[in-house]
Amino acid sequence: MPESTNTREAILNRIREANATTPSFEYRTIERNYQQTATLDRETILKTFADRLHEYDAQVLEAKPDTLAATIAKVLLAHNQKSAIISDDFSQKNLPEGFTFQRESESTTEHMNTAEYAISGCEVAIAHTGTIILRGARKLTLLPDRLLCIVYENQIVETVPEAIARLEQFKTEPLTFVSGPSATADIEMTRIRGVHGPRFLDVVLVRNQH
Amino acid sequence: MSIRVGEAAEAPSFQKAAFKLLDDAQLRKNVRHATDVITNKRAIVVGEQHDWQQLRSAASAIKQHTLAHLDEYLLKFEGACIAAGGHVHWASDADEANRIIIGLVKQYGGKEVIKVKTMTSDEIGLNKAFEANGIRPHETDLADMIVQLGHDKPSHIVVPALHKNRQQVREIFMQAMGFSELGDKPEDLTNAARQYLRKKFLEVKIGFSGANYLLADTGGVCVVESEGNGRMCLTLPNVLITLAGIEKVIPSFRDLEVFLQLLPRSATGERMNPYNSLWTGAHKGEGPQYFHVVLLDNGRTRILADPESRQTLHCIRCGACLNTCPVYRQTGGHAYGSIYAGPIGAILTPQLFDMQHSQSLPYASSLCGACYEVCPVKINIPEVLIHLRGRVVREQQSGANLEAIGMKAMARIFLSSRRFEAAQRLGHIGQWPFVSEGWVKHLPGMLGNWTAVRDLRPLPKQSFRNWWREREKASAKSAQDRSRSTKNLSS
Repeated sequence: MPESTNTREAILNRIREANATTPSFEYRTIERNYQQTATLDRETILKTFADRLHEYDAQVLEAKPDTLAATIAKVLLAHNQKSAIISDDFSQKNLPEGFTFQRESESTTEHMNTAEYAISGCEVAIAHTGTIILRGARKLTLLPDRLLCIVYENQIVETVPEAIARLEQFKTEPLTFVSGPSATADIEMTRIRGVHGPRFLDVVLVRNQH
Repeated sequence: MSIRVGEAAEAPSFQKAAFKLLDDAQLRKNVRHATDVITNKRAIVVGEQHDWQQLRSAASAIKQHTLAHLDEYLLKFEGACIAAGGHVHWASDADEANRIIIGLVKQYGGKEVIKVKTMTSDEIGLNKAFEANGIRPHETDLADMIVQLGHDKPSHIVVPALHKNRQQVREIFMQAMGFSELGDKPEDLTNAARQYLRKKFLEVKIGFSGANYLLADTGGVCVVESEGNGRMCLTLPNVLITLAGIEKVIPSFRDLEVFLQLLPRSATGERMNPYNSLWTGAHKGEGPQYFHVVLLDNGRTRILADPESRQTLHCIRCGACLNTCPVYRQTGGHAYGSIYAGPIGAILTPQLFDMQHSQSLPYASSLCGACYEVCPVKINIPEVLIHLRGRVVREQQSGANLEAIGMKAMARIFLSSRRFEAAQRLGHIGQWPFVSEGWVKHLPGMLGNWTAVRDLRPLPKQSFRNWWREREKASAKSAQDRSRSTKNLSS
């Protein structure tokens, strides 16, 4: 389209004219004296993470690597579910027996839309804000009514800057930051949980084995 | 160029509009309640963030740096986005942006579009343009839906329907969605929206969004939201079109560590909003396969050219200045006659519009400074307001209106003490028809604007200068008398 070449140059020229006498400084000289590293001990970080999730109305369960499958079974049974859709990279060995699991890539959008439960892992989680960051799996973690997310202890950092640093290597992938189930306060500022995304968020926090 | 800010061109002056809105008790109650709730929540989560001031300073520096190198960062973003499979378009004004977007929708054979909340699309009047071209836009943010289905206008940047209460929302939904029964609890209304929109999310093939951040280093886009309607529109359609003001670019992915801490706390009083989506171009087999971004100027380069007010472009649209503003809290957003209301609207609208009719907006403030204090990117709004008031006055001075002539005459009077005192004497004689019970309550003509909201003390019988002169005279005389009597004693 010819529209853009002329307009593009015109906009860029207007910017350059406007900036002709503007003093500037280099990017690397920007002062970043906000908190960038953890200051809390590990136990407090994990507790803060769980507390924040509770405040968002998420359910938090703890497990060890060898009890993870049983914990997943417990969550599904508590909601009378015999099946769930799982993310493609979810490890087979953590899946409990006696349930039907289907991979995201083998599921249609329609199927995901009617499924009750989705199960996924995460890349990193932030204690300070109670945030879980997902790589890919965007439809899977959006359409079903409930999302069960597995978070390993070593994936949890204290601050937002630590999480962003860990995500640097994945920064061109689709990333989703999830902080509790979807919510709105658009009507009279009353917080309502569950608008278009999953109405319920369950988190299994997997502690180190020892 | 045809710069547009919603339908601000047809709006009455702030003072006129506010006068009428102040009579709407329901609206004032709704606005007061909503702004109180957000302000209180915000104070708590900002208070617990011990490095808040350092984050503000970093954000301000990042924005300042980016604007000074805006051409480079836009080109960098463009290159990276194209390399990731996206398409980049540039639009000088509202009409050009609308043309590009409608062209794209037609190119992909779309008749309907699902939209994520975006102020910028309201700025260019996109929905109107869609409808004029036979394309049906569906707003999917709950508040935007309330506004769209109720044929209303947004009154807040973050919570566009905060002027409506639950009963009013229920009425709108029942009519527009065809429910025969619907409760008025926020849960019922939210659930109605969920049911109504889920089908649209799955069917409509073209999604439309704004952008909170454009990342120059990756060519990625970040959208911040709460309800999941954003994720639906960004993930399910096959085609995604994003409209973003050119000031939305930030240098790198890393800078999100600053803005993602400031925006949610400042906007909704949350530590983090429920969902942030990031994507880069088109991801093969995941989400939309065709991605277009339209970079919009629409008056922004003109703001950039004014060294005193370019900081307006730092704005991240959190709305904190609206919630805290004693003027906004009384009038609500509609009085500003623009989709950008409150203190930020009072500086943004007149600049985008090159003043014209929005000249009343820089005066929609008491200059108390609360907006500057809460601004997460440190925009000194009062400073810009005063700067813009100066511009309004200079523009009016060049015209031959009554106020300008009056002000020039006043200036001449104030220049000479002789003229000033003569004017005081005249005023004292001339004021008697307007004085009642020791007050001046109504003045004629243009001066009536002043007395419409204030009572004045009349000019006193004797001016201070006059009193002082007589006092000096009297004391000089008594000194003379004294020295005479001392002389008499000594002799």
